[in-house]
Amino acid sequence: MDFSLNDIQQMMQDSAAKFIQNDYNFETRRALANSAIGYSEDNWALFAELGWLALPVDEAYGGLGGSLVETVVLQQELGKGLVVEPYFATVLLGAKLIQKLGTQRQKEQLLEQVVGGELKLALAHSEPMAPFDITQTRTRAEVKGEQFVLNGHKAVVLAAECADLLLVPARTAGEPGQLEGISLFLVNREQPGVQLKGYATNDGLRAAEVVLENVELPVSAIIGEEGAAAGAIQEVLNEAIVALAAESVGIMEKLLAATSEYVKTRQQFGQPIGRFQVVQHRLADMFIETELAKSMVFFAAMEVSKGGEAAARAASMLKVKVGSSARFVGQQSVQLHGGMGISDELDVGHFFKRLSSINSQLGSRDMHLQSLVYEAVNH
Amino acid sequence: MNVDFSKEELAFRVEVRAFLQDKYPANIRDKQEKGIYLSKEDYIAWQKILYEQGWAGINWPVEHGGTGWSATQKYIYANEAAEAKAPRVVPFGLSMVAPMIYTHGTEEQIARFLPDILASNVWWCQGYSEPNSGSDLASLKTKAVRDGDSYIVSGTKTWTTLGQYADWIFCLVRTDDSGRRQEGISFLLIDMHSPGVSVTPIITIDGTHEVNEVHFNDVRVPVVNLIGEEGKGWTYAKELLTHERTGIARVAESKARLKSIKKILDETPKGFESMKTNSVFMARLLEIEIELKAIEYTELRVLSSVSTGKAPGPESSILKIKGSEIMQALDEIMVEVAGIYALPFVPEQYETGFDGESIGPLFAAKAAPVYYNNRKVSIYGGTNEIQKNIIAKQVLGL
Repeated sequence: MDFSLNDIQQMMQDSAAKFIQNDYNFETRRALANSAIGYSEDNWALFAELGWLALPVDEAYGGLGGSLVETVVLQQELGKGLVVEPYFATVLLGAKLIQKLGTQRQKEQLLEQVVGGELKLALAHSEPMAPFDITQTRTRAEVKGEQFVLNGHKAVVLAAECADLLLVPARTAGEPGQLEGISLFLVNREQPGVQLKGYATNDGLRAAEVVLENVELPVSAIIGEEGAAAGAIQEVLNEAIVALAAESVGIMEKLLAATSEYVKTRQQFGQPIGRFQVVQHRLADMFIETELAKSMVFFAAMEVSKGGEAAARAASMLKVKVGSSARFVGQQSVQLHGGMGISDELDVGHFFKRLSSINSQLGSRDMHLQSLVYEAVNH
Repeated sequence: MNVDFSKEELAFRVEVRAFLQDKYPANIRDKQEKGIYLSKEDYIAWQKILYEQGWAGINWPVEHGGTGWSATQKYIYANEAAEAKAPRVVPFGLSMVAPMIYTHGTEEQIARFLPDILASNVWWCQGYSEPNSGSDLASLKTKAVRDGDSYIVSGTKTWTTLGQYADWIFCLVRTDDSGRRQEGISFLLIDMHSPGVSVTPIITIDGTHEVNEVHFNDVRVPVVNLIGEEGKGWTYAKELLTHERTGIARVAESKARLKSIKKILDETPKGFESMKTNSVFMARLLEIEIELKAIEYTELRVLSSVSTGKAPGPESSILKIKGSEIMQALDEIMVEVAGIYALPFVPEQYETGFDGESIGPLFAAKAAPVYYNNRKVSIYGGTNEIQKNIIAKQVLGL
């Protein structure tokens, strides 16, 4: 039994903490989020240099071959800076999915470019009727001669505008609800029929609605095998739940520290508000929730790495726990900062919004609880 | 980072399972399975079996007869014992006073007290709380006045668990009234059979006699029964709390209870309602299961840091709070599972010797009394409110 960090984990933690500390203060981040592309290309090049883009990629493709635990460590630190660069979309969704599904050649072509910082990806897995459950995919890919023709609507695709390539799951067979028949297509967003409607998200990132209208693609656009992508997508999304939860934990740690400091300095009734027991107990509860969420991330990181049915269950359990912990810590951080907590000027409200946005992604807390209940009742 | 057991640890688990299989007496196991209260003799019998095996002093140093187990071994043992529904060791002697004696006691005290504690020859109880000193324990008033080679002790201790069985009591007593009140407290061992000691029962809302008031009416206690230095009792007692993190959350026990609850849901006798098809209830049960997993991994983090030689981190302070909350949540769940059969108050059904037909399913018989009784777990050992004060002060610096 060992919860200590190994060398590569320690290196990730140190480099990320240093980056956030020195180069990514809140005002810098705000300026990046408000810029035309919504992030910094210089930072992206730096991420490549620091090895972050290589972290989960196999060594055969120039990566570091890091496990989910390494990702957890990095994400926890990046959370503290509210990093807006499309790391999650490109590396933790896109690259990992290509790694799981791609042919040898596809992996060689694509992953090395990701590692080098030359290729950005976006995974268009959500649909209006299928925000998380990939088996509910309704986007269709019909065979027409030598080609596939895609039609469908992909919802809230993170970092779609800056992505060089979109990864689009579409049904080449079967009906919504079935695991089989879903294929993953590599789509250039300049392709005729691909419409992107980009927008900012509440947490300072960029996303887009992607509408596919008679998009014609060759068979070679399929990543891996036809009709067999759903399992791998589920695995990647389960791992992504762990990565986002780790980010949430980093944010909660940051909020806890900021709020503890604030109540020591904020004077009311002639004394720091941190002297009041009602405030002290609130903070104690925030501390407890932060630590429990962290423990749950460790549990899920190890369990999800093993794959299989237990992975989905662990990811759902994590989503349920971190969903409530993050909501509590986020809300109470705002509460204890009083009016300042809801001012745009202060970082606290922005951390709160990021926690809230994470909770709305990859299936809400209630959706995951419902699926656990369904399994338990019918078991 | 990993939580997988090594080959040696897996072998140890096999050994523990074999021991529980062979040595755990069927009559005690049967009572535990039926929820029948254990007698004093049952507890002693089980602890003597552990002693024979060399497993009584789980946290003790090897030189005093301890197991020398690693944190992982303790974790494995706790889980296997809970799974087998083995009784919890009565903590006052083996887990509470013994560490005090081997840490701060003299050679004579070690030789005099430890062997009987290890072998469960002597029953100990704890004398901390007083009628007017609960959360504000440092205000305690039980006096110990020096008179030659003795102290004369007078005062009242309360909430003394299983004090009715006890041969000895370890007490925090006031030896000095003058300075800072924490500095006037000493740690004293008192023979319960001394003249002037009397015990009166307190009946709790579950109808049981578990706790007592212990009165000291000018009780003469030899000075050689003082542990460590006079006036250091408060420091020692606090120290003990920080050392006794392992198992404080009783995660293993809650895991085993959760498993039993699931079994009950699956095996509800024909003709009785099962909550398994109630999705609102099942959601609540799952949330408890998830919370328990978070606590378990928090405990593992603590064990892991201790086993690498570090002091328990701040995460250890949450174990008491969350561990007790989860126990109480499971109590509520059991009341829910019992349904209308949470009502009958028929104590014979969970007393020694009961072999009649229960009213309603047997699992329901003790659901409500256990729920009532376990309200104690967020009160004793420092209320959960006091625990939060400690977190605010010691962890968050407020």
